[in-house]
Amino acid sequence: MRITLEARPEPSRAAMLLTPLLAAIATLVVGFVIFEAFGKDPVAALHAFFVQPVATRYGVGELLLKAGPLMLIATGLAIGYRANVWNIGAEGQLTLGAIAGGGLALAAGDAVPATLLLPAMIVAGALSGMAWAAIAAWLRTRFGANEILTSLMLVYVANFLLSWLVHGPWRDPEGYNFPQSKLFADAALLPSLLSGTRLNAGFLVALAAVATAWVFVRRSVWGFEMRVAGLAPAAAAYAGISSKRNVWLGMLAGGACAGIAGVNEAAGPIGQLLPSMSPGYGFAAIIVAFVGRLHPLGIAFASLLMSLLYLGGESAQVNLALPSAVTGLFQGTLLFFLLAADVLVNYRLRVQRGLPAAP
Amino acid sequence: MSAAPDVLPRPRLALRGITKAWPGILANDRIDLDVLPGEIHAVLGENGAGKSTLMKIIYGIVKPDAGTVQWEGQPVRLASPAEARRLGLGMVFQHFSLFETLSVAENVALALDAAQAGPGLPARIRSVSERYGLALDPSRRVHTMSVGERQRVEIVRCLLQVPRLLILDEPTSVLTPQAIERLFDTLRQLAGEGCSILYISHKLDEIRALCQRATVLRAGRVTGECDPRRETTASLARMMIGGDLPHPRHRAAAAGAAALVVDSLDLRADDPFGTALRSISLTVRAGEVVGIAGVSGNGQAELLAALSGERRLARRDAITICGMPVGHLNAAQRRARGLAYVPEDRLGRGAVPEMSLTENVLLTSRHQGLVSHGLVRAGAARERAARTIASWDVKASGPEAAARSLSGGNLQKFIVGREIGQAPKVLIAAQPTWGVDIGASAQIRQALIDLRDAGAAVLVVSEELDELIEICDRLAVIAQGRLSPARAVGDTDAEEIGLLMAGAAASFDRGTAFVR
Amino acid sequence: MDSFAQLVILTLAAGTPLVFAALGELVVEKSGVLNLGVEGMMLTGAVASFIVTARTHSPWLGVGAGAVAGAALSLVFAVIALTLLANQVATGLALSLFGVGLSAFVGRGYVSVVIDGIKPLSIPGLSDAAIVGRLLFGHNPMVYLSLALFVAVQWFMQRTRAGLVLRAVGESPESAHAIGHRVVALRYAAVLFGGACAGVGGAYLAVAYTPSWSEGMTAGRGWIALALVVFATWKPRRVLAGAYLFGGLTLAQFQAQAAGVAIPSQLLAMLPYVATIVVLAVISRDATTIRLNAPASLGKPFHPD
Repeated sequence: MRITLEARPEPSRAAMLLTPLLAAIATLVVGFVIFEAFGKDPVAALHAFFVQPVATRYGVGELLLKAGPLMLIATGLAIGYRANVWNIGAEGQLTLGAIAGGGLALAAGDAVPATLLLPAMIVAGALSGMAWAAIAAWLRTRFGANEILTSLMLVYVANFLLSWLVHGPWRDPEGYNFPQSKLFADAALLPSLLSGTRLNAGFLVALAAVATAWVFVRRSVWGFEMRVAGLAPAAAAYAGISSKRNVWLGMLAGGACAGIAGVNEAAGPIGQLLPSMSPGYGFAAIIVAFVGRLHPLGIAFASLLMSLLYLGGESAQVNLALPSAVTGLFQGTLLFFLLAADVLVNYRLRVQRGLPAAP
Repeated sequence: MSAAPDVLPRPRLALRGITKAWPGILANDRIDLDVLPGEIHAVLGENGAGKSTLMKIIYGIVKPDAGTVQWEGQPVRLASPAEARRLGLGMVFQHFSLFETLSVAENVALALDAAQAGPGLPARIRSVSERYGLALDPSRRVHTMSVGERQRVEIVRCLLQVPRLLILDEPTSVLTPQAIERLFDTLRQLAGEGCSILYISHKLDEIRALCQRATVLRAGRVTGECDPRRETTASLARMMIGGDLPHPRHRAAAAGAAALVVDSLDLRADDPFGTALRSISLTVRAGEVVGIAGVSGNGQAELLAALSGERRLARRDAITICGMPVGHLNAAQRRARGLAYVPEDRLGRGAVPEMSLTENVLLTSRHQGLVSHGLVRAGAARERAARTIASWDVKASGPEAAARSLSGGNLQKFIVGREIGQAPKVLIAAQPTWGVDIGASAQIRQALIDLRDAGAAVLVVSEELDELIEICDRLAVIAQGRLSPARAVGDTDAEEIGLLMAGAAASFDRGTAFVR
Repeated sequence: MDSFAQLVILTLAAGTPLVFAALGELVVEKSGVLNLGVEGMMLTGAVASFIVTARTHSPWLGVGAGAVAGAALSLVFAVIALTLLANQVATGLALSLFGVGLSAFVGRGYVSVVIDGIKPLSIPGLSDAAIVGRLLFGHNPMVYLSLALFVAVQWFMQRTRAGLVLRAVGESPESAHAIGHRVVALRYAAVLFGGACAGVGGAYLAVAYTPSWSEGMTAGRGWIALALVVFATWKPRRVLAGAYLFGGLTLAQFQAQAAGVAIPSQLLAMLPYVATIVVLAVISRDATTIRLNAPASLGKPFHPD
């Protein structure tokens, strides 16, 4: 007897909705085992990891605060992923957004009112994130260079660029030689959204992006065309769908969202420029995009889950003396389980018995 | 073991009760089959009758759900092609199992056991290929070879293992009429030496010319066994489809103004394994069907890409549609000027497998009132899909059915219906009935003729010469990237077209040049 | 002249992790599988080798552990992408992200630990003699190991039957399956080999090159290795050339600093990454060469039925 995979005539919708749940449960089981292995009481540990962080109003604010950039970036990336445009350099585009928005904030100082400065920073962030993504888009459409590799290389370049700025020209002269910029003026800080928390107006931008993406993906003809290109490139060529335009749209959407996320980090919880502007949101958003099935609503939920993993990691560090790297472990495990469970969408398991014996 | 009838020798291969179900269909239903030593035995059936599944079972690629296989009177279990080869089975696949970037010798070595694939292999390839009149250069890379030559590699690869049963799956679909004759000579020579041959085909004339016995399959079951030499094409067809062969109504053409004009088109292949097009000129007038015959791999793919707009051209007026130059336009823009196109690959090009039929309507009709302000009008698209399903009698669960859930014939009807539903001025159809059952084929051919009668220009690119002769008014032949002048179908015959397909002067056997 | 020998030795040393990782990935890709998880496998190999070396004081045991760890991680990829037929791009990305997290998690207690790593050869009378002696005998033993790997891969791909089958599977898994080759099993083997090579590449960094452990210490070398395979148009010899070219570039910032050039170190540190981008663009322009050398089935799932 053996188990074989049998192709389904049509993808199973039920499986499509259930597999993320299945993956989350499997990840919890793995968490249980990891905590057990570290000699922690798994139930208490899971409580500390997944419940404690959001037990307070402040905690809920933190959950949404971290979900914001993940949601925003994943929404942008998913638009490209649907068309097989693999922008994995969101972390670098985020950095560029932070540089542009932060640079504007530093240059403006107290001179410009918030109603003008904040929108300008967001536009600057979006444009520079797009510009950074455009490099990879251009190299792909002009030379056929693989955007996975180029966009990722640009992450390193962006990080060195930021590092140079905060070590050099933009370093706060009164900052005791720490590599950091001056603190932004109040006019360059995003207004708070929920008193008693750090949640700010950046979250609204993320929600707006999700809504826009939903219309784009589900209703617009460009969204349809990008989906065709992702599912069947030959059919896209047959239907006269421009693959170059898809690459540009996909890369720029991701770049714009990541750039805005960078501004939101700089003008939100951080309030200045540091050598590193994100705890890997640009990479975690890739996982969010997949766990959310590249669908805007799914991404919204997945970003909450991923944000909880970040908070849980911090909580585990404080309360359980576990390293915060456990977050990355959980994130990767979740994605593995999801990809593995995805086989059920297109295949069903079939238990095969041996052949009847020959007479 | 059941005793063999005493008039016949013991069968070399005997199948009893072979059954295999795929999701949704019973591909083989209790099939019995005997192949005698040295006989050329046809397995006849239309597309989807279960022939290919049966052959894969015999060759050990697919495991049956039930049934037994006997080889030389001994029960055997064929678990893999390697095991089948050890017993003495060889198979020439319909879609060749060759590796383009490797040489002939490497391709042959891959199919042999390690012990057989030693350093003396090139010499053995030469000697076998000479003995059977299948000239081959062992050091040549496969991607530089013509389709006919590639088939020789497949056959020589089998012969090197001295098979006692050779299976050929639709081997003539890639050959010119002359090359088919040569293949038959080789097969007769082999059979004369005692090798059994299982010949899979849906071409009735060929089976009558070559085979001594035929087993007929219909919908997965054996529906008859006969000596095809004593049957007529019509009687074989009745066994195969359970009715008479349909023939389309065909009135004389009333051709009008030129609708599609190709003017000395030169095009380098953008794929290194492709064929360059050389000064191709062609006119299709409104109200006529023009056919392009030729063995695949002679530039059809490149020509179709250039015509459809999948590949845009530098010269605007290399192609004109109803007087408008369209060479520089993409596929969607050409559609807006009255072009419709039924591509050869239906799953993955003509339709997106995972998408619903509604969305697949949107694929080529999205700029025909189904989109407003950049947003899709889903209701209108669904309605159009439903109309196509109804008027073409497409068997599908509804407009929301995924394209990949349809059978080949039904999906092809849907695609042809979708394209004709756009009321095109010019319709291009590539292999419109390839792999489609006879009923649907007849429906599609009739629709092409009706479209012509309604005043559209129709261009059909096909490898099925019979089909072209049946539906076309004029016929041109493509060989090595060059197109012959189109001739009225009544003024030519299969023999002449076959010579043109072989590239007349420059023998086709030299193969298409490798163009960088 | 002595500084020339020194420069060659340093360049080879800097390029060696790329040689290991890229040769492994080359074999994987030749079988038609695209595993983007090289960075994760290198890091895992690095941390495993470092921990084992720190515990056992045997760096060679550490290198073995790195190979096993890299292969173990690649096994996860193989199960998900080859058996469960998941998208190879997504699975590879997941592997990279997972490997980064896993290595940081496992290696948290070892960041400032000091080990006795593998040292460059020092054969009296040879390694220190003339310039030729230094060039031939003055390298780290793992540099010789990487060259041996190069010879082995070259020989395997071009001279052995298994290598021929591997190339065939990468070009057309359907055809290979139809004539009776075990496509999935072979791809498993290739992926595991690639994982082991990436692991050894990471181990080289942790126990021979630096030797030390820090989070994310591969600094994108896994991704550069992936780019190198494209750069090399899937030819082992060009992998070697490319790896040393990039090795030389990573040295540039230290060389410039030593020479007192007034360019900020961050801008010099960008060099290898910018060079990767430029080289990718230049190579990718020639679509014909890519098409002729790239395995045709690269990245496409295969399900035998």
